[in-house]
Amino acid sequence: MALLQIAEPGMSAAPHQHRLAVGIDLGTTNSLVATVRSGLAVVLNDENGRSLLPSVVRYTSDSVEVGFPAQQVQAVDPQNTIVSVKRFMGRGLSDIADAGHLPYRFVDEPGMVQIKTVAGVKSPVEISAEILKVLRHRAEKSLGGELVGAVITVPAYFDDAQRQATKDAARLAGLNVLRLLNEPTAAAVAYGLDNGAEGVYAVFDLGGGTFDISILKLSRGVFEVLATNGDSALGGDDFDHRIYCWILEQAGLSGLNHQDTRLLLTHARAAKEALTEHPETRITAVLSSGEMVDLTLSSEIFTDITQSLVKKTLNPTKKALRDAGLSVEEVKGVVMVGGSTRMPIIQQSVGQFFGQEPLNNLDPDKVVALGAAIQANVLAGNRGEDDWLLLDVIPLSLGLETMGGLTEKVIPRNSTIPVARAQEFTTYKDGQTAMSIHVVQGERELVSDCRSLAKFELRGIPPMVAGAARIRVTFQVDADGLLSVTAREQSTGVESSVTVKPSYGLSDEQITQMLQASHEHAKDDMLARALQEARVEGGRLIEAVEAALHEDGHLLKTGEGEAIAAKIALLRTAIAGEDHRRVTQMLESLNHATESFAARRMDASVNKALTGHKLEELEN
Amino acid sequence: MLSIDFSKTHFELFGLKPSFQIDAERLDQTYREIQTQVHPDKFAHLGDQERRMSMQWATYANEAYQVLKNPLSRARYLLHLHGVDTQEERNTAMPADFLMEQMEWREAIMEAKEAQDVDDMEALYHRLRGEVRAQHDELGRLLDEQADYQAASGLVRKLKFMEKLGEEIDNALELMEA
Repeated sequence: MALLQIAEPGMSAAPHQHRLAVGIDLGTTNSLVATVRSGLAVVLNDENGRSLLPSVVRYTSDSVEVGFPAQQVQAVDPQNTIVSVKRFMGRGLSDIADAGHLPYRFVDEPGMVQIKTVAGVKSPVEISAEILKVLRHRAEKSLGGELVGAVITVPAYFDDAQRQATKDAARLAGLNVLRLLNEPTAAAVAYGLDNGAEGVYAVFDLGGGTFDISILKLSRGVFEVLATNGDSALGGDDFDHRIYCWILEQAGLSGLNHQDTRLLLTHARAAKEALTEHPETRITAVLSSGEMVDLTLSSEIFTDITQSLVKKTLNPTKKALRDAGLSVEEVKGVVMVGGSTRMPIIQQSVGQFFGQEPLNNLDPDKVVALGAAIQANVLAGNRGEDDWLLLDVIPLSLGLETMGGLTEKVIPRNSTIPVARAQEFTTYKDGQTAMSIHVVQGERELVSDCRSLAKFELRGIPPMVAGAARIRVTFQVDADGLLSVTAREQSTGVESSVTVKPSYGLSDEQITQMLQASHEHAKDDMLARALQEARVEGGRLIEAVEAALHEDGHLLKTGEGEAIAAKIALLRTAIAGEDHRRVTQMLESLNHATESFAARRMDASVNKALTGHKLEELEN
Repeated sequence: MLSIDFSKTHFELFGLKPSFQIDAERLDQTYREIQTQVHPDKFAHLGDQERRMSMQWATYANEAYQVLKNPLSRARYLLHLHGVDTQEERNTAMPADFLMEQMEWREAIMEAKEAQDVDDMEALYHRLRGEVRAQHDELGRLLDEQADYQAASGLVRKLKFMEKLGEEIDNALELMEA
């Protein structure tokens, strides 16, 4: 690891070592990695100068291929070549509408579906991790060092299960997740900072498999998401599928084998892309039976067969505007994101709906990764000149199951995160000693229409008459949009809590096991990695504390500075040693020693933010 | 240990006078300034303590901001500061003319629903918004000028009914558009 630079006391700290951080757009069709280099966000290319990595993973009996090599053989080996795995993240088999049309051997595991390959049964989390690993290696090679962390983007409309699965995949790929960032928000950052935009903007993000619409207010460096909506199972893939169905119908085909299905889907996609430039396109293919397909698809037919899909993007758009309490006229600009917004039919209908030309001045494939890189740079502690802030929201309401299978909303959709809300419940039977807490996400009244996130039990409630116990259930959603829930009986303090790992989320132990099992992480490697990580974290903490002492030394109480200095010295010694547990221990002890100093600093900065206002108030 | 001063009212947090009519622009601006100081994104590279504290502060600022930004919850909060419980769950005794109006609203929503008339439903949505705004003005008079907290409390209960109507229209629109 890099040596830490420590400034002489009293001298201004040397410019901080630039910490290597990246933004990753883990897309349905393609994935990208970007970073901020010399103050400029750039996408990192592979050794052949290509920026996009096709999100395709192929398993063979003894290797894993990711990207172009996997994409080339998808028609030859469709069962072991997984495309669009993002659609399966945090999803059960019953959630996947077109499972029957897909060439995979699905395994219906409780919660998240798995796929049987020649290399064994793989979960969408593991498959996504393969894509992320390739991007991580690309970044480390290109930047020449280990990454401090990464910002991974997710569709804004991803629910808790899908977000958790994405975070697990990143951890499995050995990445430190600085933040899960919503894709349209990332795009807004890249667009807004680039254009000095102010006012209300809509970000229309149609990717390969997901659709998001976000309404943001940009004002003096603050990006505030007012409302978001979307469909996490709608994207370019669906347009391909419509063409595919049209081909089958026109050519009178049915009961195709996996190779032919994949072949025609590939042709369908090529036809869709061709229609971006041309009024019509020819589709020719030779099936495995020798049968020929030769058809001409016109823009008119394409518009006709995909009309209902276009409508599916406009309804969430209306909803988002309504939630934001805004009308179409109040939207200053519409930023187009995602490769699928290249389709003329989308450009036209969005333009028509908003009554203005959509903004296409950023590369719709890259803008999300660039925004994520800018955010990663800030989160890693490389502060830029201009200070800006992101205020994002949760896309779907969070609630609990109550009597009769009804949902009681605890945190409504579009609440700004982080957010916490508590609600009190009571027992319905005399002498009831346990209560089952069922956490759900969604807008519908019936629990069965919402997504079940977790179930847990609060036990040990003292027997009382029905309605006497007071159980306080607290929901907390962090800045990644991830939920944790605590339940507590008020009179006795009996408590139970759960970080909502959806029933099928991976436990920490499972992730550790999977990391250990992979070739890349033999046991020695694990220890070395743990030490390395602890060292990096320790170094970061020392640097942070020293910067804090430098800035706000006057807030120290007598003796406090010395106590902190002693802990820093201990941590530094531990870092020089070989025991990762010792480093972690000293790190915690330094954290503890700075607790009240940190609190005073926080106070001081909040007061600073308020000073101006207090003076004004006196004048009133 | 936590440095948030919970004895402060939400109004004090944002440097505002405790009244129903507020300077919304100043609320927005102060809220953003506070978040600029405390948001978890500003602390992501620091230690656990700081990260935890920042999360608590940002959560607190979000909550206080939401309470003040929404007129109904602002009125409820103001009444709470004056020691008046709005009793929305228990007190459902409403004046007869108000209940009559509610019935009419519901019938209108049902009709638009059955006719699958999106335009009609949207017109209802805008009419309701207009009426709610007028009631907010009345709430301001009751709270800020007449200090009639019992009457204000009654109006909060009415507005709660109207809020539910709004949700119904919203849901109906969603189903019709789907």
